[in-house]
Amino acid sequence: MTATGYLAAGSSAGDGAVTAADGGTADGATAAAFDVAAVRADFPILTRTVRGGNPLVYLDSGATAHKPRQVLDAEREFYTTHNSAAHRGAHLLGEEATDAYEGARARVAAFIGADPGEIVFTKSATEALNLVAYAMSNAATAGPEAGRFRVGPGDEVLVTEMEHHANLVPWQQLCQRTGATLRWFGVTPDGRLDLSDASALINDRTRVVAVTHQSNVTGTVPPVGEITALAHSRGALVVADGAQSVPHRPVNVATLGPDFLAFSAHKMLGPSGIGVLWGRRELLEAMPPFVTGGSMIEVVRMEGSTFLPPPERFEAGVPAAAQAVGLAAACDYLDALGMPAVAAHEEALTARALDALGAVPGVRILGPLTTEHRGGAVSFTVEGIHPHDVGQVLDELGIAVRTGHHCAWPLHRALGVQSSTRATFYVYNTPAEVDALADGVRQAQKFFAR
Amino acid sequence: MQLESLYQEIILDHYRNPQNKGLREPFDAEVMHVNPTCGDEVTLRVALKDAGGEPVVADVSYDALGCSISQASASMMTEMIIGKTVREAMEISAAFLTLMQSRGAAEPDEDMLGDAIAFEGVSRYPARIKCALLGWMAWKDATARALGEQAGNGGKATGAGALNGRGTGGEQVNGQAGDGQAAADAAREQT
Repeated sequence: MTATGYLAAGSSAGDGAVTAADGGTADGATAAAFDVAAVRADFPILTRTVRGGNPLVYLDSGATAHKPRQVLDAEREFYTTHNSAAHRGAHLLGEEATDAYEGARARVAAFIGADPGEIVFTKSATEALNLVAYAMSNAATAGPEAGRFRVGPGDEVLVTEMEHHANLVPWQQLCQRTGATLRWFGVTPDGRLDLSDASALINDRTRVVAVTHQSNVTGTVPPVGEITALAHSRGALVVADGAQSVPHRPVNVATLGPDFLAFSAHKMLGPSGIGVLWGRRELLEAMPPFVTGGSMIEVVRMEGSTFLPPPERFEAGVPAAAQAVGLAAACDYLDALGMPAVAAHEEALTARALDALGAVPGVRILGPLTTEHRGGAVSFTVEGIHPHDVGQVLDELGIAVRTGHHCAWPLHRALGVQSSTRATFYVYNTPAEVDALADGVRQAQKFFAR
Repeated sequence: MQLESLYQEIILDHYRNPQNKGLREPFDAEVMHVNPTCGDEVTLRVALKDAGGEPVVADVSYDALGCSISQASASMMTEMIIGKTVREAMEISAAFLTLMQSRGAAEPDEDMLGDAIAFEGVSRYPARIKCALLGWMAWKDATARALGEQAGNGGKATGAGALNGRGTGGEQVNGQAGDGQAAADAAREQT
């Protein structure tokens, strides 16, 4: 039997065009070998023009990344050849779809150093985080095995002030449902987590710590490993939001050490509509479901139902197989480049952006001013010009950025700004695009000074 | 550059020199509206008076944080509607909404809209329409509340936009949440 679905598509995913960093280049020193022109050739959307006939300078990958043809091809190949409902159907296509879906699960697991049984496909990183938060309140009425997920009055849920709303609001809501108390790490003026009172904030009442693995606003990379060690010493669970880290640098769940990690496909060159929750096997096994229905049940009677083991317990409904296949192809693509090389490429762009924007009078960069423990999200304000107006001028020049609070309103408040302009970088961005951004900001200043 | 059609000189003038900015007494209703996608906000007060049995916009004042489009629109709005009857002001508001939703295809009614036809360019940028409407929706909401107060129980009406309201927790809304119906209506029209 030949390999089907993802497996077949996967074998062609890391092919010729991705020449930058194939096997054995697992150190940062390969940055010089990163062939951004070859990468760009894989992304059809980069050939289009935007307002004013300008070429697209896409600096909004932190919101969603573009897709290489290898990912598009993999998804298309699934639909044209194997399409069927995975885990159902007494027919060949159903078997092929199941193989493709489960093959994708194994591929994603390998990408973060996990076991396939620990990979739960969700519809987004947001849903993955909600899954854990809702499972924790559902634990109140689940069996004794779910005891360690229960929270109630007197318990504390710890978050940080720099979270994306997706890793904040679900925990606020969990506290509202259960009577637990929400507490949070503050942020220092330079955009780092304020860990000065960590030993007080993480205490015997702390049941869960939810922390970002990279801020989507400042790029700050909090010390998730240290926080995890502290949390585990007090018996608390750790949920890491990897939406901005997994796409951009090597992440290995075994060395990082949290209990759960959420991320989404569409920010890592994959399709929209699918996300991932990684969880420790013993925890997933003890955790009650969030969304229930078909695919996740063991036995259903009118009086009640029992549920499958993980990961199926958390995957109600027909699986998003084509999206999973696309995500697996994205993992192939990124691994062919080499995640250390991806990280090094972005670090160089970030350093250039910090320098170039920092040299523009009136620009204030939010967060760390060096690339130390900092990823490729650069948010800034321009004195006297509202971010939406900055973004409008940049758009006119073909430069796509995000403006507003970037779903991190409390962080903006903590940094004393109402909103900001944000540039984010990925594999297809070039130093020239960073320079175009800085030049565009100067043009915005000129335009509004007229 | 297309930008000049969006940022017309009169818009930038109002942005740099906003009219009727700064909250004033007396007022019959105060609302706070937020654009949740960008965090822009406006706190707006309305004072009505009775002129021969018909309510008239006696005063509109506001405080706001926002982009040039939202600031200029609020500023220009106050100039256009203070002194008008509520009915006339609502007609202007409706005409402005129509212009904003026109995607650049409308023939703006200059008699009705005056300087506000400068915002025609905004309608070609869908992401900016909410900016231009922020002040107008706050005014409609505040006016509905003020009329409700006049008709019913005494005291000032205050509130936060129901759909535009602050749901992110931790922060005190400006005054009581109210029934939010007017704000909900306004927000529905906005989208």
